[in-house]
Amino acid sequence: MNKQHSLGGGSQWTFQLLDDYDREIAAIAVGEYGLDCYPNQLEIITTEQMLDAYASVGLPLSYRHWSFGKAFISHERSYRQGASGLAYELVINSNPCIAYLMEQNSLPMQALVIAHACYGHNSFFKNNYLFQQWTNADAIVDYLVFARNYIASCEERFGIDAVEKTLDACHALREFGVSRYHHPKPLSAEQELQRLKQRQEHEWSRHDELWSTVPLTETSKKRSQGETIPASPEENILYFIEKHSPKLATWQREIVRIVRRMAQYFYPQGQTKVMNEGWATFWHHTILNRMYDKKLVSDGFMLEVLTSHTNVIAQRGFDQHGFGGINPYALGFAMFTDIKRICEHPTDEDKHWFPEIADSDWQTSLDLAMRSYKDESFISQYLSPRLIREFKLFALEDDETKPWLAVDSIHNENGYRRVRQLLSAQYNRDTMLPDIQIVKFDRDGDRSLVLQHKQFKNRPLSNEAESVLNYLHELWGFTVRLDTVNTKGDIVKSREVSNQS
Amino acid sequence: MSVIIDRRLNDRNKSEANRQRFLRRYRRHIRKSVDNLVRDRSITDMASSGKVSIRRGDLSEPGWRHGSGGQRDIVLPGNREFNQGDRLDRPPSDANAPGDGQGDDSEDDFTFVLSRDEFMSIFFDELELPHLLRTETGAITELKAQRAGYVTEGNQANLAIIRTMRQAMARRIALTGNARKRLKELDTLDDDDSEQELEEQSATDAVRDPRSAPATTGGLDIAAEREALRQQIDKVPFIDSIDLRYRHRTFVPKPMSQAVMFCLMDVSASMDEHCKDLAKRFFTLLYIFLSRKYERVEIVFIRHTSEAEEVDEQRFFHDRATGGTVVLPALQLLSEIIEDRFPPHAWNIYGAQASDGDAFGADPEKSRHWLESKLLPIMRYYAYLEVGSTEENQLSTLSGVYQRVEQDNFAMNRAIDRRDIYPVFREFFSHRAEAPAR
Repeated sequence: MNKQHSLGGGSQWTFQLLDDYDREIAAIAVGEYGLDCYPNQLEIITTEQMLDAYASVGLPLSYRHWSFGKAFISHERSYRQGASGLAYELVINSNPCIAYLMEQNSLPMQALVIAHACYGHNSFFKNNYLFQQWTNADAIVDYLVFARNYIASCEERFGIDAVEKTLDACHALREFGVSRYHHPKPLSAEQELQRLKQRQEHEWSRHDELWSTVPLTETSKKRSQGETIPASPEENILYFIEKHSPKLATWQREIVRIVRRMAQYFYPQGQTKVMNEGWATFWHHTILNRMYDKKLVSDGFMLEVLTSHTNVIAQRGFDQHGFGGINPYALGFAMFTDIKRICEHPTDEDKHWFPEIADSDWQTSLDLAMRSYKDESFISQYLSPRLIREFKLFALEDDETKPWLAVDSIHNENGYRRVRQLLSAQYNRDTMLPDIQIVKFDRDGDRSLVLQHKQFKNRPLSNEAESVLNYLHELWGFTVRLDTVNTKGDIVKSREVSNQS
Repeated sequence: MSVIIDRRLNDRNKSEANRQRFLRRYRRHIRKSVDNLVRDRSITDMASSGKVSIRRGDLSEPGWRHGSGGQRDIVLPGNREFNQGDRLDRPPSDANAPGDGQGDDSEDDFTFVLSRDEFMSIFFDELELPHLLRTETGAITELKAQRAGYVTEGNQANLAIIRTMRQAMARRIALTGNARKRLKELDTLDDDDSEQELEEQSATDAVRDPRSAPATTGGLDIAAEREALRQQIDKVPFIDSIDLRYRHRTFVPKPMSQAVMFCLMDVSASMDEHCKDLAKRFFTLLYIFLSRKYERVEIVFIRHTSEAEEVDEQRFFHDRATGGTVVLPALQLLSEIIEDRFPPHAWNIYGAQASDGDAFGADPEKSRHWLESKLLPIMRYYAYLEVGSTEENQLSTLSGVYQRVEQDNFAMNRAIDRRDIYPVFREFFSHRAEAPAR
């Protein structure tokens, strides 16, 4: 006999049904579990539009650049060949929170996506400390419009090629356009326009041919002597270029700034992949199960949801076909579920490892975890021995000086802490990106720029380093040098691009 | 609480602009790929979309990343048999690891599909239509009337009435303005006067004809002035010959938008299937090329042995004919057809001749003369393609003679393999930097 379920609908969705489901999901997510979300904006889109959104790194709009075209072509191809499916949804860290739902999703999928994106990701965006400190959800869409129009107007004035050249160079340095310790001012398209105008006006009013003929006086020379620039090493290379490049035109500085600010906007997303996906997955799972318990949805509905859910959180072993690293959905979901379990039904082991959350209220503990961590710290804080056993995690040491790979630690009593520490380090930004900072700008001499690459565990730079340095040289206009320094502080390699070469 | 928006009807091709940027940037690479495609493609689907690939390395977006080397700790899931302290052999490094896709280097290539239009535009990249400039600006034979404003002289049929009336009105206002103003002043003066008088008169209950009012106090002067003004105004004619405006037309050269392409081929026994295939490829290219430049392109097929005849495409390529080889009749037939059906002032005429180069006796000389004196002066371009199955250093009889043709719009070349056709074609129509017409 078919159980009575109050929300209708088979597998086809209608706008009415979406509205009903959204209301019920909100009642559970916000009403029962108290998730704190931005208002939602659900947008139904087609496959092509999803491909478009993919190409512009998930943003609703972006300036024009060939690299987005390349991404589009390759996504489209792999999609058309059936090599890869498309994400069911895309969600943008904005206020209101924009979530894209694909037209051909079935009704259960749409419900899953709503719970996942509109309440899971949404509440994460609003409350995680990194997002709160680094991004401004209110302004992002306006800023994107500003960026696109500005770059289009540059293309009109200075030609597509010139703009493309600048953008290529900026993109190569994009990952080094992020300040990790100094918080940027919130984005605002309006302020941005105003600042732009001021900068131009200032330049016009200040410009006077006569000045260029006046020789430098002794005092002005003296004043700058002995001063090192930057005062302390600067990690945000694009920022330094924007402020100090001796050569860039105003519009190029603006482009550097736009790329830099976009990179900064994406910085928290890269730092919270596991947590963000884990949190959203945990909540769609919890919310939809609650709907089932409230007899709002049918068995068939739930089966379809669970099938997709299982696919999403599948984790293959390192030697299995299709292994693609640790699945952030799987790890994140397992960790949040595990925290809930530790709160509700702790074992002796859990009580020993997590005395502060064992037997606590799971909603409070989970909320705290979501707000105050990023992947690196989240794993080092919460990865339990039980999960290490479940995932059968083990650590390998790969040292190029040795002919073999050594198993550093495995999921046993001796290894838990070590495995946890190493896994956490895997999400450290230094593991992912080399540490390169600007150490010296010879402003009063030959205007050369010196960068220092501090080797992380003796790892060298990839072969692309030279081409990136060339791009940097293009933006800087004078000699740039990149010194690679090993852990002892000796320079092991020096790369240089000067004007002659 | 949530807003649901249907965006499905929004613009779908947001990424098209970025895609074009990509094609623009990698045009050089894509062209190489297209050249390969053209080499292997059969004629019938030449004008269709095509799959191209670019080496992935050429497209890299570099960034500073960790390279291989140094120490690395990797945490992996799915341990089954390892224990702490185990040592494993280092797997072969990724770069030369035989992946499961070995033998298929497509993994390293960035492959995608060009639409038909994109394909064709790259296919014809840098190919300039020979002497197109001259067609547009030089020896133009057909003119087209085009509006060019108004003039003061012209045919009555071209009279622009509204413009004329406007002109007349402006003139009238200009010439009578002062007089009318004065007249108005007089009128108001008059009205004031009569009102004053009316008041005076009303006391005596005497009603007087207001028209006689000017007759009293100085009214005589006013009446006279008014009369003079009226006459002055009346003298200005309602319409004058200087008002007349006529619509003007000039004649501008009309670029010809139609072309005819003559395909001449020697079908004597010495032309084997291979030669015909080469010729066919060449003709196809020419046709695709011309149909991109002209709105309408006609093709005329002329085959010849010792006699020439106009045939349809099927027979042209596939029927066998026997007999010797004489070129002149074909050229004569070509002239006749031009005279009959394609007057040179209305058509851009192109000729393409394919032959294995056999010719006998006085025929080649006569043909050359005919070509130089009768055909080349009225043709845009004439291309002679010599097709052959073997590599020969020696010039054939026909090309030996044709080589002495000096006109600019004649070109000849030789193709032996299918692969040669496209380069030869490009050479024929390659952008002429030294184009004299410019």
